[in-house]
This record gives sequence, structure tokens and C-alpha cells, in this order.
Amino acid sequence: MLKFTDEHEWLKIEGDVATVGITAHAAEQLGDLVFVELPEAGTALDKGATAATVESVKAASDVYCPLDGEIVESNQAIVDDPSLVNSDPQGAGWFFKLKLSDPSAANALLDEAAYKELIA
Amino acid sequence: MDDHSPLKQTPLHALHLSLGARMVPFAGYDMPVQYPAGVMKEHLHTRAAAGLFDVSHMGQIILKPKSGRIEDAALALETLVPVDVLGLAEGRQRYGLFTNDAGGILDDLMIANRGDHLFLVVNASCKDADFAHLQKHLGDTCDLTLLDDRALIALQGPHAVAVLAELWADIATMRFMDVAEAELHDVPCIISRSGYTGEDGFEISIPSASAEDVTRRILEHPDVMPIGLGARDSLRLEAGLCLYGNDIDTGTTPVEAAFEWAMQKARRTGGARPGGFPGAETILGQFADGASRRRVGLKPDGKAPVRAGAALFADAEGKTPIGAVTSGGFGPSADHPVAMGYVDIAHTTNGTQIFAEVRGKYLPMTVAALPFITPTYKR
Repeated sequence: MLKFTDEHEWLKIEGDVATVGITAHAAEQLGDLVFVELPEAGTALDKGATAATVESVKAASDVYCPLDGEIVESNQAIVDDPSLVNSDPQGAGWFFKLKLSDPSAANALLDEAAYKELIA
Repeated sequence: MDDHSPLKQTPLHALHLSLGARMVPFAGYDMPVQYPAGVMKEHLHTRAAAGLFDVSHMGQIILKPKSGRIEDAALALETLVPVDVLGLAEGRQRYGLFTNDAGGILDDLMIANRGDHLFLVVNASCKDADFAHLQKHLGDTCDLTLLDDRALIALQGPHAVAVLAELWADIATMRFMDVAEAELHDVPCIISRSGYTGEDGFEISIPSASAEDVTRRILEHPDVMPIGLGARDSLRLEAGLCLYGNDIDTGTTPVEAAFEWAMQKARRTGGARPGGFPGAETILGQFADGASRRRVGLKPDGKAPVRAGAALFADAEGKTPIGAVTSGGFGPSADHPVAMGYVDIAHTTNGTQIFAEVRGKYLPMTVAALPFITPTYKR
């Protein structure tokens, strides 16, 4: 199941684990990323809490946790090479995997059509 | 600035839109922050080939002596800047600062001797205040004009001279900070070999009516790419150059800002025309005794950029504040984060370890020599 937030994150949900990243639209708006800071595995986060920080040449931006849960894995590849987020935001440029406290809460997020409408 | 006042446009506004620029408000103007290539590519292209910048938002001012003697305009301007203007030869330009009575910096500017007049280039955000300041103090001796009918572009980078030599062969004989008049595509332009990127390059003042045509033709050269304000900022930061309003302002003095080099001998204590500019007592006092803080280069030890406003500490626990970052970001050519800021004088030696507060953490930084790149000015 693929879901989106109005904060321009995508979630690929398999069972009770969501792989989370930022959308191609967000990556384009941010521009060339030069730094990514990710949460450590084991960190419990509430929906809306700051989960990650990304920096472009020009500015820093926060990435928010899309649902309540616990971080189970972070993508070291984008820490080592932040440009992966620009080149493949919805693939190799994923940010972290989140074990959802309540997987059914994902139903309230945007589907792809609704997200496309949001950024149109 | 009133946030609701409509944004002004430069003579190249339509060109920016046609090139796909992302536009942002800057100093009251609708300006390109980046083009489709993006900040990183634009920055690296400028250092590798040639980047073209629209800096038409900046103020271009003509200062003409009523007496007809250029020396009178030079001496008049010297009452507002701690700079040797009288010693500036015809066809030469130098960097200067307007100071206030407290020794603070009102603006930074370029001053050129154009033979029968002085030609000034000032910051966009300060140009109306600068012009009023000049009128008030020099209006009796000089005729002043804030030009509103000329664009200003910069072509910066190692290929800039070859690109422009195809239009005017003699440009290659100009030295860094020379100023000349020449026709580019049959349009009379004022050209200086200068810029604000740390690269060899030129700034070109063009009559507004012809600006888009001349600029489009320069952009047709395969070595030239249009560059937005985003890369302009990272280029000038790597080059150790100050952004007025960030790194210098009315709260910083020329000595604190490490601008001793911009105050020539003639205007210092013991020189031919010492003092005689606003704040001279404070500034010359600091010149002799040093200031309590100083602008330095700062290199974050890690990969995280440290931005303007970050507080600086002597210790990793954030107990002893020693200053703040005034500009910071990632340096695409340096390939690491770069910053500058003010620190207490005890911590200004290159190699000193200090700490910056970023998102609740204290990140180690090292006081570093400016610039972060090797400038390629053709002196």
C-alpha cells in the first residue's frame, strides 16, 4: 500500500512496517541535498515529530514522522550520499522504516491520486 | 521594507522566466534563485567555465564634481569612506565601505574612477539610503545620479575572459579591478574586471533597452550558464566575501570585519589624510589596539552545514559563548560545509577548535583561513 502526507512524504506499507521517504516533488523543491540526518533504530516517534533533517546548499528542512511508531532501520546510503534523495527519491533515496503503532491509522493518509491533486 | 509593496523587476526579468528560473523576492526585487540546472551545478559550472549573473538590482551611482575636477569628488567621497579615493587612478576600481559615526558599516560598495566622474556600485537593499546619504553630505560639491536606465550583469569564471574576448579582443589586457568602456554587440557598456565569486570575471553595465539582447547573446556561448542567487551566495561564501546584512552591518566595524586591507595607508593614523570619515576615532582606535572580536572563517569538522545565527561556544557543553555564525552553508567546490562568523579575539587563531549549537547539539568547528578556495583574480 502506497500512501502520502501533505508534508510531502511517501509511505510504502508492508504489514505493520512503513518505509518512508520524501516525494519527488519535495526533492525537487528542496534542490540538491548535501546533508541528511536520520533517526536511530529504536527511537519511538509520535506523528508530527521531527524524524530527520535534510539540508540543501541553501537551507535546512525537517522531515516529520508521518504516523506514531518506532524506527526499525535508517538508510545509511543517503547519509553517505545525500544526492541519492534527488536522483531516486521514491526508491534508493528512502529515509527510514517505521514499525507502526497502529497500522490502521495509515488509512487516513492520502492515496496517490489525492497527493497528485495536492501538488497540481 | 513593506512586505506588501509590489516586487520590482530588473530589465532581465522576462529572460529569467524564459530560462525556467525559480523566482524569489530579494531586496524588493523578483530575482532568480536558481535555474533548472540547480544550485550545485550552477556553482561548479561557474568555477569550471563561466556563469552569468543578473545583478541589476544593485545600485549604480554617478558622482560628478561640480568643479569639474575629479580630485574634488574623490576628496568629498573620502569624508564618507575610510578608503583612499584620491589615490585611485583613472580606469581603476576599489572596494569600499560607508561607515557611520559609531564606526559601524552602512554598506559596502565598489568605487571606480571614470576620469571625469566616480562610478559607484552599492547593494540593492541599501541603495536608496546610500543615495540619500550621498546627497545629504556631498550634494553641495557633486552632482549625483542613481541610474535607473542601466542593467548590470556579471560573467564569472575561468572562461569569462575568452567568452568576452570574442566580442571585444582588448578585454584580455584588463587587470583585476580595471574599468573600461567598450561596445559589446554595438552596445556601449562599462566593464570592470571584478566580481563577487572569487573567480576571474567581469561586471558589465548595459543600457536597459539593450540588456536582454546583449545578455541573450552572451548566454548563447556554450561555456556560459545562467546562475541564480543560490549559487551566488555559496560562491561568495567560499571566496570569503561578506554579504551585507549578514556578515557586516551597522553593528560591525571595519576592523571587526577584518577589512584593514580596504583602508589604505593614506587614511590611517600617520597617513597623508588620516581619519576624516564617520566613526574614524573608533575605527582608527581599533586599528591600533585591535577589536574585541573579529570575523573569521569557520570549517565544520563534520558534514552538517552550520547556518547563519548558530551560537558559538569555546566548549562542547555550550557554557562559554564566544560569538555567532553570520553566513554558513555547504561549499560545493570546497566539498565540505563552510561558514564565517564573529568570535571573541582570544579564539581567532587558525586551527582553534570551537563549537556551534545546531539543533540542540554542539558541533565541533575549526577556525580556518578565508577564502576556502584559491581565488583566480588576474592581478
